[in-house]
Amino acid sequence: MSDEPNKGLRSPLRRKLLMGAAALPLVSILPRPSFGAGPATATVNTTGLAVTDTEVTVGILHSATGTMAISETGSIQAEKLAIEQINAAGGVLGRKIKFIQEDGASDWPTFAEKAKKLLVNDKVAAIMGCWTSASRKAVLPVVEQYNGMLYYPTFYEGLEQSKNVIYTGQEATQQILAGLNWIAKEKGAKSFFFIGSDYIWPRTSNKIARKHVENVLKGKVVGEEYYALGSTQFNSVINKIKLTKPDVIFTDVVGGSNVAFYKQLKAAGVDLSKQALLTISVTEDEIDGIGGENIAGAYACMKYFQSLDNANNKTFVPAFKKMWGEKTVIGDVTQAGYLGPWLWKLTCEKAGSFDVDKIAAASAGVEFKEAPEGYVRIHENHHLWSKTRVGRAKLDGQFELIFETADLIEPDPFPKGYQ
Amino acid sequence: MFGDYSIGDLGSIFVMQGFAGLILFSVYVLMALGLAIIFGQMGVINMAHGEFMILGAYVTWMTSNLFQSYLPGLFSGYFFVAMMLAFLASGALGMLVEWGLIRHLYKRPLDTLLATWGLSLILQQAYRSVFGAREVGVELPQWMLGSLKVTDSIEVPINGIFVMGLTVSITCAVAYVIYKSRWGRQVRAVVQNRIMAGAVGINTEKVDRYTYGLGCGIAGIAGSAFTMIGSTGPTSGQLYIVDTFLVVVFGGAASLLGTIASAFSISQTQSTLEFFMSGSMAKVLTLLAVVGILMLRPQGLFSLKVRK
Amino acid sequence: MIINSRFFNRSELIGFVTLALLLFLILPLSLDAFRLNLVAKYLTYAFVAIGLVLCWGYGGILSLGQGMFFGLGGYCMAMFLKLEASSVENTKIQSTPGIPDFMDWNQITALPFFWKPFHSFPLTLLAIVLVPTLFAFIIGTAMFKRRVGGVYFAIITQAIAAILTILIVGQQGYTGGINGITDLRTLNGWDIRTDHAKFILYFVEVVLLFGCIVTAQFIRLTKLGRILVAMREQEDRVRFSGYSVANFKIFAFCAAAIFSAIGGALFTLEVGFMSPSFVGIVPSIEMVIYTAVGGRMSIFGAVYGSLLVNFAKTTLSESFPQLWLFGLGALFIAVVLAFPNGLSGIWADHVQSRIDRLISSIKRKSGGWTSNSVADGAPAE
Repeated sequence: MSDEPNKGLRSPLRRKLLMGAAALPLVSILPRPSFGAGPATATVNTTGLAVTDTEVTVGILHSATGTMAISETGSIQAEKLAIEQINAAGGVLGRKIKFIQEDGASDWPTFAEKAKKLLVNDKVAAIMGCWTSASRKAVLPVVEQYNGMLYYPTFYEGLEQSKNVIYTGQEATQQILAGLNWIAKEKGAKSFFFIGSDYIWPRTSNKIARKHVENVLKGKVVGEEYYALGSTQFNSVINKIKLTKPDVIFTDVVGGSNVAFYKQLKAAGVDLSKQALLTISVTEDEIDGIGGENIAGAYACMKYFQSLDNANNKTFVPAFKKMWGEKTVIGDVTQAGYLGPWLWKLTCEKAGSFDVDKIAAASAGVEFKEAPEGYVRIHENHHLWSKTRVGRAKLDGQFELIFETADLIEPDPFPKGYQ
Repeated sequence: MFGDYSIGDLGSIFVMQGFAGLILFSVYVLMALGLAIIFGQMGVINMAHGEFMILGAYVTWMTSNLFQSYLPGLFSGYFFVAMMLAFLASGALGMLVEWGLIRHLYKRPLDTLLATWGLSLILQQAYRSVFGAREVGVELPQWMLGSLKVTDSIEVPINGIFVMGLTVSITCAVAYVIYKSRWGRQVRAVVQNRIMAGAVGINTEKVDRYTYGLGCGIAGIAGSAFTMIGSTGPTSGQLYIVDTFLVVVFGGAASLLGTIASAFSISQTQSTLEFFMSGSMAKVLTLLAVVGILMLRPQGLFSLKVRK
Repeated sequence: MIINSRFFNRSELIGFVTLALLLFLILPLSLDAFRLNLVAKYLTYAFVAIGLVLCWGYGGILSLGQGMFFGLGGYCMAMFLKLEASSVENTKIQSTPGIPDFMDWNQITALPFFWKPFHSFPLTLLAIVLVPTLFAFIIGTAMFKRRVGGVYFAIITQAIAAILTILIVGQQGYTGGINGITDLRTLNGWDIRTDHAKFILYFVEVVLLFGCIVTAQFIRLTKLGRILVAMREQEDRVRFSGYSVANFKIFAFCAAAIFSAIGGALFTLEVGFMSPSFVGIVPSIEMVIYTAVGGRMSIFGAVYGSLLVNFAKTTLSESFPQLWLFGLGALFIAVVLAFPNGLSGIWADHVQSRIDRLISSIKRKSGGWTSNSVADGAPAE
């Protein structure tokens, strides 16, 4: 938590300095990978993308300003780290990755405009970007029209599948069902109270959760409430929760509302070590703002936690901190953002080409064994096979892994029986 | 919807719901007090009011960090220091802004709106550059957390009581300053007739500057108090601005009592409605009711009779 | 103000021709398809700005809710396009084919009644004009008849814009929520996403823009326009002279709403979607800024203001995303403090007067001719 007086660590300037400092030894010590040894440009790039003999250009499209900058900063950082690591390891098909970063400014039309710029003017080979569903929905028609490749990092509501998009986050069923099963079994939970922010992702997630609770778990949903994005007053819904006494509070509140919700929940005397709360929207990033003491004891259902104990993660976390500062935390979406450039690289190498059509076709079956979450594989529907994990929030803002599914869960963006 | 609950349950829920409304009421009053002074007394539309509040919140955050590192023994009392610092920081910034910007625009109230909107954009970006885009969490001293158990089923959050107490004391202080002190009389004199006030020897420029500073300083305290219940990020201030203006306008701009009455009615309506429908619809209905009443009674609940 | 019997005086004529040259020839010839589409997007805001010149610059009514009219116009168009894009064969994977995808996601199984008229293109066009007008008329009547004006009007319009946003976001089954209405493809079977279509749409837009400019100019020159100015300066005197001040204000407000709505509908066509982020307070205030930068008294200034501010926004945010908000904020303050009449004020004070002097000195040499053009756009204050 924020126990250090040095605010400067958080400032972008300081971050840049740190990044520079981190990059220096890399440049000087490592033998410079030589670029240009790959296959001829004419064979790997038949559609006029921005590929030269030594370089290939990709776009990074997130909000660096506006309300969403809070959430999207982590994804930007992860994608830059991945690109740097790929370059240090010899690039893609013998070419160094160069990125053009555009600011979506938390404004959906700007996202569409910038995506179009990246594809039409800059001819980028792939875009790592978008965060909210709204920005993805705005960018999707552009990416499809100009035949681009988008790597989208956020867990999202599903109900979508595109040749031109690789979804590196979980779709709703992947994220929710195993977590609900676990909590129902572990806590003997029968009654659930849903509370979410008022937009498509929480509503769809809750719809799926409700069907699962009612049809599969044979439980009961005792309340379902939505608050406008940015709301900071939750006392009324907390009263309703107290009145209905649910076994589990299931939350998908996002952004700044989270902070208000958990602070008020704690202030109202709801003790999360006794009252089970399962969230699908709080990652380490959010806890940074909420404060570990306000949410300790809550369960989160994700596919990645910073505290995961595996060899890949043990090299990923220090590398991330070296680049972006000791105090940065890594949440689920940040990790999914990190997967984007790597999956793209692996797919390019599998396809032996940068052509979007070939990459789209070659994506299914691509495996990334060095993923910080363990191991992922791209499904034919362009989502990832990945595990579902449940963690319990600790006072220090980290999660303690409580449960993980034994097998990879199959992505199912159009789940039968849940629509 | 009440069929499943016992009378006792219902009773305690109504008590707690009423209390939730009271907390909301305190929040609204805190937000609106500074604006009531700036807008009501000076006629300046301060669109950067939310950003002055957030400055107070950031000051609180910095103070809590300082205390944690250097004075951990006194951490339980840091909040009072933080509120003072927040008041001073926002007040000082306010006076600077008055001097550099607002004083040139007293004759053009609509233009203060545009200029302060520009100011709010600059402040937002400044916060983002200095503190980073992520939200910061302010750690509260232990005694402020948790709740008082009144009965088995009625629990009252302590920070809610704290906010209410703070609101009452600040409101009383402001009322005293405006209505009883010599300086307050000068402020009211300037508001009613700037030229005459100047003619009888009041330094109107100085009065303006301090009034604006006071309004912004109270916004800073409000921001400081909000760290207990909400989030602090570069753009959090924008969330409050519409509500705040509506509270002030609904109350009748120049009336302190009106501000309080309007904050009370808006907050009670909203929190009651929230209990029966979704949060966003409750908000829409409340705002619609306020706008509707304002259309019927444009001068607000309480209006000050001034000879023009 | 000197009464001018001609529709455009000389300097206005020059302005008109220059703008026409710029928009019809120079920009289309010099910009690539991507940039031209951006200009088209900027120009949709110019419609709003022209409306604001009428109601704020001339009528003195500052509305901070123009975004809602822009949004209403845009949503009407978007609803039509969305219905066309949601044909039964396009949406056969849905549980209820034939309705927009977001309705299906929200378990709505039949098209809501207020969507039904938007199957028809003529009705849609009618709605684009009528819905915002009706809305503006109701707000205007309620407010102006009770003599609410100035600051209060600004704050209340702002609140109404906020309410509309919350409502659109909250009722996502009917409106698409915060995502807005996306993935719009064709207009009566014509694919609006191709570069060719965008090129044609650009010219349609410019023609409509000039239509609005001429209309605004017409309003300004008739007795109505003069009453508006008189009202802004001395409302009571106008009232005592027997005019119904409220009716004139309502008219100006409605006219501004119609212009905004046309802009919004075109925006949907140019950009391919509509979302609540254009309805709320932030976009509404930004639209006021376009007008202020261009000069609140100048119709042409409004167009240039919209183009310039948005161009700066795109360029600055491309190259210096961190600096962009500082720049925009400073622009607001600078315009208000130093150049209350915006670009057109600078033009009139510093450039126009010199040109006039130059011309008249030439004319004087060649034989007596007196210029009767007051640098137009100069405010009466």
